[in-house]
Amino acid sequence: MAWFKKDKSAEGKRFKIPEGLWLKCDSCKEVVYRKEIEKNAKVCPKCNYHFPISIGERISLMLDEGSFKEWDAGLSPMDPLNFKDSVRYRDRIKTAQDKTRQREAMVIGEGTINHLPVVLGVFNFSYMGGSMGSVVGEKILRAAEKAAGRRWPLIIVSSSGGARMQEGILSLMQMAKTSAAVARLAEARVPFFSILADPTFGGVTASFAMLGDIIIAEPKALIGFAGARVIEQTIKQQLPEGFQRSEFLLDHGMIDLILERKKLKQTLAKLLTFFSA
Amino acid sequence: MKDHLDFEKPIVEFEEKIEKLKPFAKTDPLIHREIEVLEKKAQEVLAEIFAKLTPWQRTQLARHPNRPNTLDYIAFMIHDFVELHGDRLYGDDHAIVGGVGIFRNRPVVIIGHQKGRSVKERIDRNFGMPHPEGYRKALRLMRQAEKFMKPVITFIDTPGAYPGIGAEERGQAEAIARNLIEMSRLAVPIVSIVIGEGGSGGALALGVGDRILMLEHSIYSVISPEGCAAILWNDSAKAPDAADVLKMTAKDLRSLGVIDEIVPEPVGGAHKDPPQMAEILEKAIESQLAKLDGLKTDDLLEQRYQKFKKMGVFGEDLVP
Ligand SMILES: [Zn+2]
Repeated sequence: MAWFKKDKSAEGKRFKIPEGLWLKCDSCKEVVYRKEIEKNAKVCPKCNYHFPISIGERISLMLDEGSFKEWDAGLSPMDPLNFKDSVRYRDRIKTAQDKTRQREAMVIGEGTINHLPVVLGVFNFSYMGGSMGSVVGEKILRAAEKAAGRRWPLIIVSSSGGARMQEGILSLMQMAKTSAAVARLAEARVPFFSILADPTFGGVTASFAMLGDIIIAEPKALIGFAGARVIEQTIKQQLPEGFQRSEFLLDHGMIDLILERKKLKQTLAKLLTFFSA
Repeated sequence: MKDHLDFEKPIVEFEEKIEKLKPFAKTDPLIHREIEVLEKKAQEVLAEIFAKLTPWQRTQLARHPNRPNTLDYIAFMIHDFVELHGDRLYGDDHAIVGGVGIFRNRPVVIIGHQKGRSVKERIDRNFGMPHPEGYRKALRLMRQAEKFMKPVITFIDTPGAYPGIGAEERGQAEAIARNLIEMSRLAVPIVSIVIGEGGSGGALALGVGDRILMLEHSIYSVISPEGCAAILWNDSAKAPDAADVLKMTAKDLRSLGVIDEIVPEPVGGAHKDPPQMAEILEKAIESQLAKLDGLKTDDLLEQRYQKFKKMGVFGEDLVP
C-alpha cells in the first residue's frame, strides 16, 4: 500500500494526459476537454476509448479504498543472458525502474472488492511494454498459488507486448509456468478473472491471459497473438478495420464480455458473489 | 533448391571429388589411395568446421532442407503407425501431424510439427507454421493418450505459429494457451524433443513435457533471430547477431536449466546420416520413458509442475 501512495505522484504524472485544457483523443481524434476525461476514469466521452492508466489508478478503480497490500515487491529482474543490443538489458531495466519507480512490469497483492477478498495482479505497460520475464512469471505463479491456498479469487489485469525478448528462452518458459499455475488454481476450484487492457499480445495472451474462467476486455483494446505489423508483412495485405479489437474478439467468441472501466468493479462484485455463494 | 549450406561447401567439394574418382578406384590402386586420403581430409575439415559452429550456423543446420523431420523419425522408430487427422472443430492442419503407433513394444501417441521438404509439400504444410486447428488436433490426440493411458512423444520443429487473419479469428493465442495448461496436467508421461527449430510459443505449445530434449544442432528461442534483429536493429539481415545474443543453442538451454538432455548428432549434422540419428534419438527417448514409467500419476504431475515452476532467474530482496 505504501508504494502506491508514494508512487502516485510520479506515476500519475507519467500517465497524465498532456498539459493543457484540451486534448486530442488517440482513437477518434476528437478534441475533448481534459478534465472531462480525468473525471471519466480516463475514458474518451466521445468514442469510449480507454486511455492507459497507472497501476495506482487501476487499483483504486477496482478495489475498496485502501484495501490493497502489495506482495513480493522485492522480486527484481536479473540479466541471465547478459543481453546487449544497442543498450544493455541491465540499463534498460534501470531506465524502466527509474521511469516507473517500480522494480518490475507487474504488481501483485491482495485487496477487497465490496469487502470480498481477492488476489490482484496488474501489468504496467510503461515498464518495457509490460513484457513478461522471469519476475512477472514468478509473480503470477505466487499470486495463483496464494489465491489457491487462501481460496481467494485471482484477478489479473494484463497489458503487455508479450514475452520479454531480453530474457530469451526463460521468458518463453514463463508461458508454461504461468499456465501451470492457472491449472493448479483451477484444480482448487478458485476462479480466475482475466482482464485484458490495451494492448495485450504474444506470450501473455498465448498463456495465462486467455485461460481465465471469465475473460473481460476493455472497449477497443487491441488483443491478439501476433502483432498487426508481423501479420501484414506475412500476408502482404492490409488488415480489416477493427481487427484484433475487443469487439472483434467478442464477435469471434474469444472473450466473455467487454466492460467499461467504470463498470468493472460492480460487475466483478456480482461475479464474486456468484462464485462465493 | 540448393541442398547444402555455405559453410558445408568445402565438404561438398571433397565429396564431389571423391565421387568422380570412385569409378577408377577399382582398377587403379593409386586412385584408391587418393580417395582414402581425400576421405580422411574431408573428415578432418568437417570436424574442424563443426567444432566451432556459430549460433547462426546452427540455426541454418536446424533449418537444413535435408534435416530429418517428424515423419522421418516416425518412419524410423514407430511401428504400425496410424496417422490421425483433424481437430473435430474446424479442420486438419497439415503443419502438425499426429497419430498412434508402437515405439519399442510400447504403444505411444506421437505428435509433431511437419515443415515439409519439397516446395509443394512445404506450401501444403504451411512451412510448419500451425493454425489454431493444428494445436487443437494435437490437444485432441493428447487427451486421447490420457484416456487410454499411453505416453506422448512430441517432436518440435517450427518457425512459429502462423501469424494470419484466420489464425487470429480462430484464436491462435487461446489454442496455444490451452495446450500449455492441458499439457501441464496431462496424466501421462510426455517426452518432448526439439528436432530442428523451436520457434517461440508455437513450439512451446507441443513442449510442456516431463522431459525436454534437444538435438545437438537444434535451436529453441522466444523469437526468431530474424524477428529479434528486426526489432533490435530494424534490420532482419542482422539475424546472425541476434542468434548470438538470444542464447538459443542446445548448450545454452542446458546451462539455463531449460532442457534435460542434449542428444548428439552424427558428425556433420543429423542430415548426414538420418538412420543413425534416428537410432541415437530412439535410445534417448527410450531411456527417458523408462525413467518415467514407474512414477505414480500424482508424482509425475507434481514433478512436472515443479520443473516449470523452477524456470526463471530473478533476485529477491526483503522490502520493508
Ligand atoms: Zn475518442
